[in-house]
Amino acid sequence: MIKLEGLSKKFGNTSVLNGIDMTIAQGEIVVIIGPSGTGKSTLLRCINFLEQPSGGEITVGNLKVDVCKATRKDILALRRATAFVFQNYALFANKTALDNIAERLIVVDRWPKEKAKKRAMEILQRIGMETKADAYPASLSGGQQQRVGIGRAMATGAEVILFDEPTSSLDPEWVDEVLSLMKQLAQERQTMLVVTHEMAFARDVADRVVFIDEGRIVEQGPPSELFSNPQDPRTRDFLKKILADQPTS
Amino acid sequence: MDILNVTYMVELVPILLRYLPLTLQMATLGMALALILACGLAVVRVLEIPVINRLTILFISFFRGTPLLVQLFLFYYGLPQLMSSMTSIDGVTATIMGLTMHFSAYMAESIRAAIVGVDRNQTEAALSIGMTNAQLMRRIILPQATRVAVPTLMNYFIDMIKSTSLAFTLGVTELMGATQKEAASSFLYLEAFIVVAIFYWVIVEMLSWVQHHLEHRLNKAYSR
Repeated sequence: MIKLEGLSKKFGNTSVLNGIDMTIAQGEIVVIIGPSGTGKSTLLRCINFLEQPSGGEITVGNLKVDVCKATRKDILALRRATAFVFQNYALFANKTALDNIAERLIVVDRWPKEKAKKRAMEILQRIGMETKADAYPASLSGGQQQRVGIGRAMATGAEVILFDEPTSSLDPEWVDEVLSLMKQLAQERQTMLVVTHEMAFARDVADRVVFIDEGRIVEQGPPSELFSNPQDPRTRDFLKKILADQPTS
Repeated sequence: MDILNVTYMVELVPILLRYLPLTLQMATLGMALALILACGLAVVRVLEIPVINRLTILFISFFRGTPLLVQLFLFYYGLPQLMSSMTSIDGVTATIMGLTMHFSAYMAESIRAAIVGVDRNQTEAALSIGMTNAQLMRRIILPQATRVAVPTLMNYFIDMIKSTSLAFTLGVTELMGATQKEAASSFLYLEAFIVVAIFYWVIVEMLSWVQHHLEHRLNKAYSR
């Protein structure tokens, strides 16, 4: 279970997150939508301290951290309990697909190399990339790189996987293979917190959709309700604009 | 009369070979020390450690801004005057000190650039899977920075090997000093200096070969 209480973030004098409260149950798939520059990515990055939050509390599993008093040890523990999938894949360029996935198990979890590689190979099979085990990121397509990025997150065995616009920098031809892998994870009830502009994905896969604007949760609910009957004018406005571009049905 | 006394040139080869180890010793020791010092300087620059960073900038500025020959003379003739404990410093030591300081200043900048050049996203990815800063450096940043830095560092090594010849101005009989002596006694200057030029050239060519293969190996991960 993930719990955020009053999570806030300021860059200088600009407030990007204004006290976010959110609870995500084990196995829940939550999709965050909202206009660009409203703090969606910042929210994800604050959860594992890629950005230092300005205030609030973060609970992941048994670990509860007051962000203002977070020690180096807390931050490390929080990062190890969460996994992150980046918009630009961010694979380790000096490591093969297999080693990108095994890296966490070897370095952080201190597994024996053989065991880690065996586990990484199993994950490669699950993401349909076993034939590319020895390929370096530079030789993979965007879609393949992002699948390995997701595989790397899967290997962490983390409580939750945070997806930061995982398909936004992909060529259209690769978007589907990444989305279908995410659907597969959702069916396995992997807890997921996803920031995306893919409304069809949100509608089909999410248990709950959260609309964020100006660093606040404006409204949230099951996709069937939020998409068909949005309460707040800002939600309505946003959905109208984005659904005109990409119909969900 | 022949233009060149080839017999003399051939005879000179085994004589000069005896001085090759000293030249290589000064270069490799200088390179090893310069690398260590340069890594330290680069880390200070990357992390912008207060005060030391300023001193580092000054150090780099001075050793890049003045000729190596001037620096060697400063170490060899200047230091003993400054510190009475060092009534004399031998030429080999002064040369190694000079080469170390001089080249570390250049190398620090290319190492710094190589570290900074590693894609910032990979740093975040490494942190996101729970790596410590030390693990991040060792497993992700340094291997990639090495690849970027190797070609320029090898160039500095080549330059350093040739710069050991300046030691002869401090009275060290290394490759260049020995050649000078031989030439002075035989009066066959052209022959002697052609031979020593070939010596340096061959060493550098062999190093270029090593460099080529090293780069090829390091680049394996990045070719499509």
